Amino acid sequence: MRRFDAIVIGGGLVGTAIGYGLACAGLRIVLLDEGDVAYRASRGNFGLVWVQTKGLGAPHYQRWTRASAEEWPLFAAELQERTAVEVGHERKGGIQLCLSEEELAKRCAMMEQMRAEAGNFGFEYRMLDHDELAAMLPGLGPSVIGASWTPYDGHANSLALFHALHKGFAVKGGTYLPNCTVTQIVAAPSDFRVDAGGETVGAPKIVLAAGLGNAALAPLFGLNAPVRPQRGQILVTERTTRAWPIPLGSIRQTPEGSILLGSSEEDVGFDTSQKPEIMRAIARRAVLSFPWLAELQIVRAWAALRVMPPDGLPIYDQSEQFPGAFTANCHSGVTLAGAHANLFAPMVAAGALDPVLAPFSAKRFDVPAAA
Amino acid sequence: MFRPRPESPAAGIAPRVAVEVEGRTVLVPEGASAAAAVLLAGLRSIRDTAIGGGERAPYCMMGICFDCLAEIDGVPNRQSCMVAARPGMRIRRQRGARPPFPPQPPPFPPPQAGEGRVGAGEG
Repeated sequence: MRRFDAIVIGGGLVGTAIGYGLACAGLRIVLLDEGDVAYRASRGNFGLVWVQTKGLGAPHYQRWTRASAEEWPLFAAELQERTAVEVGHERKGGIQLCLSEEELAKRCAMMEQMRAEAGNFGFEYRMLDHDELAAMLPGLGPSVIGASWTPYDGHANSLALFHALHKGFAVKGGTYLPNCTVTQIVAAPSDFRVDAGGETVGAPKIVLAAGLGNAALAPLFGLNAPVRPQRGQILVTERTTRAWPIPLGSIRQTPEGSILLGSSEEDVGFDTSQKPEIMRAIARRAVLSFPWLAELQIVRAWAALRVMPPDGLPIYDQSEQFPGAFTANCHSGVTLAGAHANLFAPMVAAGALDPVLAPFSAKRFDVPAAA
Repeated sequence: MFRPRPESPAAGIAPRVAVEVEGRTVLVPEGASAAAAVLLAGLRSIRDTAIGGGERAPYCMMGICFDCLAEIDGVPNRQSCMVAARPGMRIRRQRGARPPFPPQPPPFPPPQAGEGRVGAGEG
């Protein structure tokens, strides 16, 4: 058996960000990756570092997301310095377009509530009307009647990030074991042993970051991670010269010029197939927003599964039954990468989650429903 | 440099479809692709890549590699190997990324010399 300071189960964006952060903190880490049989939400990400839609009615989630977005510039710069991989991070704010009076009223109320809930922490935003938007966004369609803007949002190349995190983990001395589906677990307080892919590894700490796989793994450690798959579909156009200065929620242009269209949500179980009616709806909304998009060719399209907790908020816990066992679950592997590497990993290294993460415990699901 | 394979229907037929590739007229066999016309024109390349500006010429000839992108009859970024050559077709170099949308027309037609105008201050 090979011994380490900590085992991380899951080689996606969440697992590699935490593994990288732990390795940077000086721990000897083994990262167990299931391999290409995994659902790998990290391969299908849209690439937003997105703040303005996160945490309505849950200000702790808004603060955690904002904290991650604040970490991102340093996180990206250090990662690039260590790996020479450019992750294409930009943080110039973001816009969510509204295509009906109803959408606009809802968004306006949501932003105002976010500001009210933020209290002294503050929440800066502006609602923009069509004319203001048209001046910012060339070729805006008449169907767009308004939008919300916040300075906190940004985006990044999620595949480059994924590559950089793997490389950074290796550069920092981490041990990466691919094609290692977990087959056997022995858990005791601060003493864990995992059989995976013919290897046996042991450590006093373990972090479950296996995405949808956490649902089955967590109970083995006295933890609860009731995550379910939520399908999202994405279309990508041919490259153009820069059309907009900032990302627009469900529409974003990469620095290389590709335009990504997305943000569908479907509950269809573990089905990663694409559906023409959803692709059509995504394209229709994009063309209503910018009629000239209809002239661009779609060069790629895919579907992937988000890792979705019941209330959409991340789940972070340390096991009471088996101290040293942690779990991290979320559908925002890109947005929260900064927090996972620079904030969450140091907590795991120190052996205790900060009280700011207490509201993210899965205990919130234990409240019995009112009769 | 290029000739039809012996089993091809185009073998032994005189090329008669005239297309324009970067200003020069090229005759290609019926059923040939626009990318074939680019190759027959003897060009070194037909596009410059969007990021690095590197030169590219038709390569896979089966719709996979995107190295044959060209502006065809005014439409940018077409995969020329997937487009059949037609008489009079105009194939132009694809220079980097295309613009996202055509240049905006001026909000009002500019007044023509000698043309009467109606508007504020003119009455």
